[in-house]
Amino acid sequence: MSYHVNEKGYYGQFGGAFIPEMLYPNIEELRQNYLKVMAEPDFKKEFGQLLKNYVGRPTPLYFAKRLSEKYNTKIYLKREDLCHTGAHKINNTIGQILMAKRLKKTRVIAETGAGQHGVATATVCALVGMECVVYMGEVDISRQAPNVARMKMLGAEVRPALSGSRTLKDATNEAIRDWINNPVNTHYIIGSAVGPHPYPDMVTRFQSVVSKEIRLQLKEVEGKENPDYVVACVGGGSNAAGAYYYYLNEPDVKLIAVEAAGKGIYTGESAATSVLGKEGVIHGSKTLLMQTTDGQITEPYSISAGLDYPGVGPMHAHLYKTKRAEFISVTDDEAMKAGLELSQLEGIIPAIETSHALAIFKDKKFKPEDVVIISLSGRGDKDLNTYIDYFKL
Amino acid sequence: MNRIQVKLQEDKKLLSIYFTAGYPRLNDTVRTIENLESNGVDMVEIGLPFSDPLADGPTIQASSTQALHNGMNSSVLFDQLKDIRKTVTIPLILMGYFNPILQYGVEAFCQKCEEIGIDGLIIPDLPVEVYHEQYQTVFEQHGLLNIFLITPQTSEKRIRYMDSISKGFIYTVSSASTTGSQIGFGKDQTNYFKRIIEMNLDNPQIIGFGISNQETFSQATKYAKGAIIGSAFIKFVSENGVNDLKQFIEPIVKKL
Repeated sequence: MSYHVNEKGYYGQFGGAFIPEMLYPNIEELRQNYLKVMAEPDFKKEFGQLLKNYVGRPTPLYFAKRLSEKYNTKIYLKREDLCHTGAHKINNTIGQILMAKRLKKTRVIAETGAGQHGVATATVCALVGMECVVYMGEVDISRQAPNVARMKMLGAEVRPALSGSRTLKDATNEAIRDWINNPVNTHYIIGSAVGPHPYPDMVTRFQSVVSKEIRLQLKEVEGKENPDYVVACVGGGSNAAGAYYYYLNEPDVKLIAVEAAGKGIYTGESAATSVLGKEGVIHGSKTLLMQTTDGQITEPYSISAGLDYPGVGPMHAHLYKTKRAEFISVTDDEAMKAGLELSQLEGIIPAIETSHALAIFKDKKFKPEDVVIISLSGRGDKDLNTYIDYFKL
Repeated sequence: MNRIQVKLQEDKKLLSIYFTAGYPRLNDTVRTIENLESNGVDMVEIGLPFSDPLADGPTIQASSTQALHNGMNSSVLFDQLKDIRKTVTIPLILMGYFNPILQYGVEAFCQKCEEIGIDGLIIPDLPVEVYHEQYQTVFEQHGLLNIFLITPQTSEKRIRYMDSISKGFIYTVSSASTTGSQIGFGKDQTNYFKRIIEMNLDNPQIIGFGISNQETFSQATKYAKGAIIGSAFIKFVSENGVNDLKQFIEPIVKKL
């Protein structure tokens, strides 16, 4: 069984490129070039140097002593929250901006929900001096004001998505429409392991540095490359894809994907795509997605804007279908409590997305000798207002 | 022979109109089609609304959202159209995004189209390769022509590939754009239209995107067998309803 993409862009039955003809030349150009470009020594060198000196990699693999004592197992945190701009998102935007330069593009567009990917994109555009337009749902713009300000300060233009529910899904639609209208000079930096082939694979490869580092770091501290578990939260699934990548074909490493159950899976306010989703096509990819029986895409809900997506990357849909990964859903309340717990046990305030991954210890039991890696995908600074409101701090 | 193929053999330029089913009101669908035919329109594209229409600009997006809000979906549409062939003889094409068709079941969808008397489908996000490998047989079993879109960026090789598996017409998208985002044609576009003509394709071409009135219609049809009006028509029915379409159609068809 292969968990990687095949030559036609599929992970099992999922993936592909279901795009209007207007996008075909852009996607085809990328498909024909992305592996070639990524293999160029020049590209690898520049990417590696920027990850080291600009992003701050390798990020630490930290043994969470007090958290481990509490749950009587060995918990390591992969500290993506310490990346420049505060989350793993920048691993991908660095890679894609270098790709855009090599494809001779002069303008970059991106979508963003909470604003983390938007900030990471605006950052790399400033770094190389490229025009940057970020689409963001009108609703998200008003609830994520600090990140909007950061993008503007970095020189990006933030355009409101005014259609549909005016959140992440609609911002993605608007970015795709922009690309249709600007097919020659523009590169679209998708922020997650979603979208038409080759995006899920390209984003996963740029994020794979996370598990590459985990292997080396774990070898040093535990004397073995393979943990017993790798745990990550999944919205579109880019941090999980990066944390799993080098372990996909290691059957002794169990993979756990944590989805947002929102107010409860069956409350109608949830983003638990693996449970609520059916096979369908969203944003150019055949995957699991939340939809009506008529095939209209429905609105997800989560307290975390980064997990608030009605689909999931096609690689994850395949991991779910083949049972390679175990999918667990965590509610808003469980996540918020886990975020507070990490803050007070380890002195680390996690992003609310990440808090979902931390919430599994309440129900899922591990053995004392198990080595459990948690992808600590982002820091909680952006979520302070939500934490403050929730805990009445 | 399929109604589209018969129509394409007529010795005249063809006017095709796109509208969103269930818009402005849920039960306007049949009346819209009948009135388009009685006013001299040659072919109708019936838009099946979708929540996330990637290739459409604000006008068609808004009409889709409203139509869904009105209660339109595949089953409702098929029900509304069940007797359409008692009153309408011109070719009818369903245009919709792939996901609702996938959920209905592609084969069941095609079956239903055949029963009603639909002649062709336009599915913008179903790539030609996927159609060719997986769905061509079932479409053809049910007498449906699949219409492919080409743009100024589509390579000659790819156009020839589409031409080789098309049996109706090629939908020439006038510029790299979403629907309704530009009006009229410049030199780049006319050069592109000429380039397509010089390719001597087996299938005639019909131009869409950027056509809104008599002037742009006659400009486009200098370079093609016909032209399609979408967003401008949606705007018209938003303001005027569907009962009297003469005001919109007559100036265009009287010069045909």
